[in-house]
Amino acid sequence: MISYRSGGENKIRLLGRRMFIISAAKVVIVTGIIGRLISLQINESRKYKTLSDKNRFREWKFAPPRGIIKDFFGNEIASNKQVYQLHVIPENAENIESLFFRLKTILNLSDKDIFHLKRKIATQKPWDPIIVSDNLTWSEFSKINLFLHELQGVEPIVSVARVYNEESSSHVIGYVSKISERDLKNKNYLKNMNAAGMRVGKTGLENKLDAEVIGSIGYKRYEVNAYGKRIKEISIDQGRPGKTFHTTLDLDIQKYSQELLKEKAGSICVMDIYRGDIITMVSSPTFDSNKFVHGINTKDWKKLINHRDKPLVNKSISGLYPPGSTIKTLVAISALENDIVSPKKSYNCTGFIELYGEKFHCWKKKGHGYCNMRTAIKESCDVYFYEVSRQLGVDRLSETAKKFGLGKNVLDGFVEEKKGVVPNTNWKKTVVGKNWYLGETLHSGIGQGYWQTTPLQLALMTAQIANGGYKIKPRIISSDNDSKDLEEYVKNFKNFQQNETLFDEVVSKFKFKNLFRNQENINFVKDALFGATNEPRGTSYRSRLTKKEFIYAGKTGTSQVRRFTEFQREQEIKNEDLPYKQRDHALFVAFAPYKDPKYSISVVIEHGGTGSGSAAPIAKKVIKKLLERHPLRELTRINGEEI
Amino acid sequence: MFKPGAIVSNQSFRDKIFSLDFVMILCIFLLGIISFFAMYSTDGGQFAYHTRSHMVRFFIFFILFFVVAFFPINFWYNSSTWFYLSVLILLILVKYFGLTSSGSQRWLNLYVVNLQPSELMKVGLILFLAKYYHRVSSMDVNRIKYLFQPMIAILIPVLLVITQPDLGTSFLIAVGGITVVWLAGVKMKFFAYLSILFISAAPVAISFLKPYQKSRILTFLDPSRDPLGAGYQITQSKIAIGSGGLLGKGFLNGSQSYLDYLPEKHTDFIFTLFSEEFGFIGSTFILILYMIINWRVVNIGNGIRNSFGKFYCYSFATAFSIYVFVNMGMVLGLIPIVGAPLPILSYGGSSMMAIMIGLGIVMSCRVYKDQPIG
Repeated sequence: MISYRSGGENKIRLLGRRMFIISAAKVVIVTGIIGRLISLQINESRKYKTLSDKNRFREWKFAPPRGIIKDFFGNEIASNKQVYQLHVIPENAENIESLFFRLKTILNLSDKDIFHLKRKIATQKPWDPIIVSDNLTWSEFSKINLFLHELQGVEPIVSVARVYNEESSSHVIGYVSKISERDLKNKNYLKNMNAAGMRVGKTGLENKLDAEVIGSIGYKRYEVNAYGKRIKEISIDQGRPGKTFHTTLDLDIQKYSQELLKEKAGSICVMDIYRGDIITMVSSPTFDSNKFVHGINTKDWKKLINHRDKPLVNKSISGLYPPGSTIKTLVAISALENDIVSPKKSYNCTGFIELYGEKFHCWKKKGHGYCNMRTAIKESCDVYFYEVSRQLGVDRLSETAKKFGLGKNVLDGFVEEKKGVVPNTNWKKTVVGKNWYLGETLHSGIGQGYWQTTPLQLALMTAQIANGGYKIKPRIISSDNDSKDLEEYVKNFKNFQQNETLFDEVVSKFKFKNLFRNQENINFVKDALFGATNEPRGTSYRSRLTKKEFIYAGKTGTSQVRRFTEFQREQEIKNEDLPYKQRDHALFVAFAPYKDPKYSISVVIEHGGTGSGSAAPIAKKVIKKLLERHPLRELTRINGEEI
Repeated sequence: MFKPGAIVSNQSFRDKIFSLDFVMILCIFLLGIISFFAMYSTDGGQFAYHTRSHMVRFFIFFILFFVVAFFPINFWYNSSTWFYLSVLILLILVKYFGLTSSGSQRWLNLYVVNLQPSELMKVGLILFLAKYYHRVSSMDVNRIKYLFQPMIAILIPVLLVITQPDLGTSFLIAVGGITVVWLAGVKMKFFAYLSILFISAAPVAISFLKPYQKSRILTFLDPSRDPLGAGYQITQSKIAIGSGGLLGKGFLNGSQSYLDYLPEKHTDFIFTLFSEEFGFIGSTFILILYMIINWRVVNIGNGIRNSFGKFYCYSFATAFSIYVFVNMGMVLGLIPIVGAPLPILSYGGSSMMAIMIGLGIVMSCRVYKDQPIG
């Protein structure tokens, strides 16, 4: 018994010691747990609260309707229409494979489409809807609705999408398409705008105005449970539709111009010579920009890309052409401004001149005989301008050309616009890396050689000659420029309509920057252009308008795309006989009406032959239409300003 | 009124009542009340099935607690072997007739209720080993012969439970048994050998693990391994606890739980739910309640003369704390998810019954502390 008890006491002492160790361990563990609680619930609480909210809330974003783009008279060029779409929320679908199989038979989807859709699903969150089709026909849409009970995860949706009402304006308006990686990188406002069905402007005005026309995104925020079921709606934001824009375009003239360019490749630009309003800017051939909204198919895309006349290129601002004889207006102004020649000075045109053994031909083989400057412009004598430009020098010419808007962008924010080239000695040295030859000056004097201009630049050049030599800033959005100048102009407009002498006075009141030293020089060229159109033997005499208020003045141009060999010149090969790609471009610039000018126009027909033959007749028709619509435009403007 | 018949006691009933540990009873009762609120919250703010049945169970087992407490300690001493053996038989019955639920065969269908014998084994093993070491002289403890029997007594139920499979419970059973062995004074080197054996056997054991058990361990080592799969539970649990902050989201406002992001929210993850709704303050409060219970049990052990009572109280206190630590450590992402309920708070009748019986025997030790054993 005693030994047992002593053993028992020993046992109890050991027990106490061991229990102490355990208790110490417990204290450590409790401290550890409290430490962990502190770390999770106090130190990192904010992080976990965010994570918890991320669990709780889900946002479904939806794309707002884009702003409407209207013409000057309020006609909608780019608007929105109701479309029927089919969205699939992968999370809600019981079996995505069988769902796609069903949809495939209902909608005629290809295996490739399904492959792309599946790949898209893998990249996004399971509750984000994926657009299977964004433009269903009514019959497809009703078929889907009929089978809806067996298509879990499918959501038929009525949405709005961009629609372009008019093909004539495809180039200037541009088009929208799906957001690409590059868009995300370049356009900051696209952050957080990645809603299903979001479209972004890719070219033209859609691209330029994108930030404002895109609107702001709407969203629905729901509380969802772990299975993705929406428990309750927390908040909803309808978003804001994009801003509506009024352009300076006249849709009627756009359509008419496009019609005139049918079957041809080329461009027509019309500009208000005081405000710089672009009234028409069409490029031919055109394309259906609606095809891009819902993703263009490969066949259509290939067709556009491989087309000989490059329908996707906006030739008005991206097409580069040597200005041909239309540059003679600037050569004349430059020569007069720099006191190189007197307008009365005559040179004898024998059909060609020779310089260092090289022959420079006039377009008229027999020659024009003795010409002064007016006749030379009127009849477009090359030899005269060879002579003048030789004396003027290319650097002084390029200076004038740049002043009148060549060699730089005319519009702001058009990514596709090209600057063109105004050649001079310095340019050649830096870009081509060679010295300038005098022969090249002669070519430059008639708008050939290195010259590269866009049709819109030519319209601007003509506008700035027509308005008496004042710098204008072209615009395509009505609200783009300072309207105060405009108001003042409108106020004085009626006065100088009656009194011609007031014209200069009124114009000089504007804050227009003048481009001349002596306005007489500008007026001289304007008069010469009158001759070119309205006097016998003028290059565009056959395309003149005889009605008094329609009389206009213009200059033809023919720009060579290749050099004639002497042999070809001897053969007198007709333009029509050459392969299409080697035919000359036809150009024509004009302003109208001659008395009290209001508009300038440039017409370029690619490989169209001569300016007088193919470009001027088109310009004539446009000018007629333009002037017929002028009173309506004035009225609309005045009404608009009164409002 | 209960009156033990066989063993004559010189204490009056009034003495017995006053010798109860009221601090401990209060803590148990508070935990019970808290558990009602927690269940009410898991039922989505409705007085629904879980809440009702949990309340009924709590009151039944709370009464059982007193019944057990008034049975003389000698009765528990004498019946401990029978208790152990009958639970062992039940475990064997589970093997053959048990109900299978979510891939694990743990329950016996007793028509009225489903019993989980493995939970009862937690108490049964401690009771059995406490009696065993009460009888073994401290000189003999480290002799191979006397090491062998407790080893067998631990291993049989552990193996039976691990093959159900139920890793968590078998671990908790083993921990309870090993605690008694440790307290008995078995030499450190024995535990060292045991752990070496265990570690060297681990690769073999792992090959027997079910794929989900393996992935749980791997997930514990790197929770971001598979956040939507195996790591989901622990990630969501941490989010719930962390987002509770200092004061919690408020009663019935635990978004993680009522939007079903929390798995097993009324059983193993009940602490997470409570922690989300009542924050750091609430969590610490619960931890403190458990630690008070632990302290009271140890305290009762200190006041007992006989080694059976001491063995039992110390071991049970330790096992009880380990249940709490394992559960909390698990939901806090400190240890792998093993499936261990939180005493009293977690939904589950067998677990609550085992804990209440265990605590009842502790109370019996206190009430009859002056009675000689054996």
